[in-house]
Amino acid sequence: MKYPKKDLIHPISGSRWNHIWSGFVGDKLAMLALIIFIFYVLVALLAPLVAPFDIADPAFMDLMNAEIAPSWISGDSQFLLGTDAQGRDLLSVILYGTRLSLTIGICAVLIQATLGICIGLVAGYLGGRIDNFLMRCADIQLSFSNMMVAIVFLAIFQSLFGVARYQQLAMVILILVIGLTEWPLFARTIRASVLAEKQKEYVDAARVMGISSKRIMFRHILPNTLSPILVIFTVQIANAIVAEAALSFLGLGMPATEPSLGSLISAGFAYMFAGSWWICVIPSVTLIILILAMNLLGDWLRDHLNPRAYKD
Amino acid sequence: MTRPLIQISGLEKSFTSNEGWLGQWRFHQGKLTRQKDSVHALNGVNLTINQGETLCVVGETGCGKSTLARAIMGLTTPTAGEIHYLDQRIDQLNNRQRMFFRRRMQMVFQNPYASLNPRMTVYQTLSEPISFHNPQLSRAQVDEQIDELLESVGISASSSDRYPHEFSGGQRQRISLARALSVEPDFIVADEPLSALDVSVQAQVLNLMMDKQEERNLSYLFITHDLAVVEHFATRVAVMYLGRICELAPTNTLFNSPKHPYTQALLSAIPRLDSNTAQPIRLIGEVPTPTEKPIGCVFQARCPYANQRCYDVSPEMTLQSDGSSVACHAIEEGRL
Repeated sequence: MKYPKKDLIHPISGSRWNHIWSGFVGDKLAMLALIIFIFYVLVALLAPLVAPFDIADPAFMDLMNAEIAPSWISGDSQFLLGTDAQGRDLLSVILYGTRLSLTIGICAVLIQATLGICIGLVAGYLGGRIDNFLMRCADIQLSFSNMMVAIVFLAIFQSLFGVARYQQLAMVILILVIGLTEWPLFARTIRASVLAEKQKEYVDAARVMGISSKRIMFRHILPNTLSPILVIFTVQIANAIVAEAALSFLGLGMPATEPSLGSLISAGFAYMFAGSWWICVIPSVTLIILILAMNLLGDWLRDHLNPRAYKD
Repeated sequence: MTRPLIQISGLEKSFTSNEGWLGQWRFHQGKLTRQKDSVHALNGVNLTINQGETLCVVGETGCGKSTLARAIMGLTTPTAGEIHYLDQRIDQLNNRQRMFFRRRMQMVFQNPYASLNPRMTVYQTLSEPISFHNPQLSRAQVDEQIDELLESVGISASSSDRYPHEFSGGQRQRISLARALSVEPDFIVADEPLSALDVSVQAQVLNLMMDKQEERNLSYLFITHDLAVVEHFATRVAVMYLGRICELAPTNTLFNSPKHPYTQALLSAIPRLDSNTAQPIRLIGEVPTPTEKPIGCVFQARCPYANQRCYDVSPEMTLQSDGSSVACHAIEEGRL
């Protein structure tokens, strides 16, 4: 069907973003969280430019340099944050690790959101048996701990295809596992909003026009349910990063050759009591600050987009 | 000569109130039985809407007016009965088959604050139906139609890129009307389009609707509470009570000589400036809940003239000498 170009203006471009932005300007904590998040994203994107060493360089890993303390302790200005047990510059590894963690987090949440939005829309709009079936599926999915599903799946994959194969595909598999296990959160929230929106007369008006269900769901109802999606999206990215870090810590995540923040922490943990605390602590602090910023953002968005708060 | 446009016969609609499958099982005398509780919103409505006329439907809250409108528009499927558009039956069509009638029949909704999508500009709201039903139109032609349409309902075409929240209630209702008119229908169902507006704005919208009717030879099914609007606007009036039509009459006849006891009570409740002698008729009793299918006349419980026949047999619509049709045993028998 032909659709005029003018119509493609994003329907939420108007009031919602303005509303969010004007709230940011007045709130110092939210502004700080946003700045930290943007800083992380920039650093992750620009890691090859910012990092002092190229991690693909074979000379990068030099056991002669292993376990050098951060420069303010050792006085060695070559390695700002010291080196890890393989003699890699910790700053460079952390930069690349942040990049990996953020990629996995965002991609996994994109999968969650796509699945959850489609399922939630269909369940809420069509209702009846389909709704019952989909929501019971969501209940079943939620009754398994995500960690358990991920561990079982990753362990089976490793034993079926071997560790070497796993290490090649680790990132994709992690994204899929984390992405596929947490869709019910999105689906339930969307369904609840759809049930509220479905009652409104503009949906009836579109039906009377003969517009297809698919179009009503995605063009009419979905733009009106985006506020809660935005909130969950932010919080879920933090959760996905934590999940990835936890799996990596348990040895089921990214391999040591291609470390994410989680596998760095895990690798450094072994040297914790051997005196090389920085290998574990510095990546942990990096991760904690990122998660804290994401959660602060999510919380703030939740408060700010709450319709009851509009009235105050 | 008036030609029937919409014919409704024996229309019934009941809603199941315990929809959960588990909730329908009951223990009754030691047996597990499945039982659906239902609300009977429409109990056999017969109605004809002629071309070019305005048929007003009045009645108290919960008597099934809106359900009637939604059933005609295909928003709910009736449980029984038939709806005909000219000579085609339309109540059991699927979405694809109904597409032709979507262009012929449109609806204006009650709440102007909810009937326009808050995230779509006026342009988007109007261009969607136009380009959906006329895929052959170029973008410039669609633009032109939208501008024309907006001007014709008194909204300046330059404000077409605004969102609904930037308009007042009356303006929004006119945009709703423009949306309904955008597919050039010949029948519009208006479900209490004025009740959310204040009086001066009501008049504007009402006049606009009357102008459009003259311009395009529209027929309206107009649902309202407001009897003053009915007197001003309607060609014929149907009075509904508990899912049935109890009186159907040309406007003047109905207001001058209401026949059904319910209509009499309803009309006597209009506050009049010119006379304060007439006391409103006070009905005794409650409106029965529509969860039981009524036996006999629907008005029996509150009717001062009810006799045993009214409790047993449901009255049929009978044509009176002055052109009105009334469903009442008392009138048929000459008791009233």
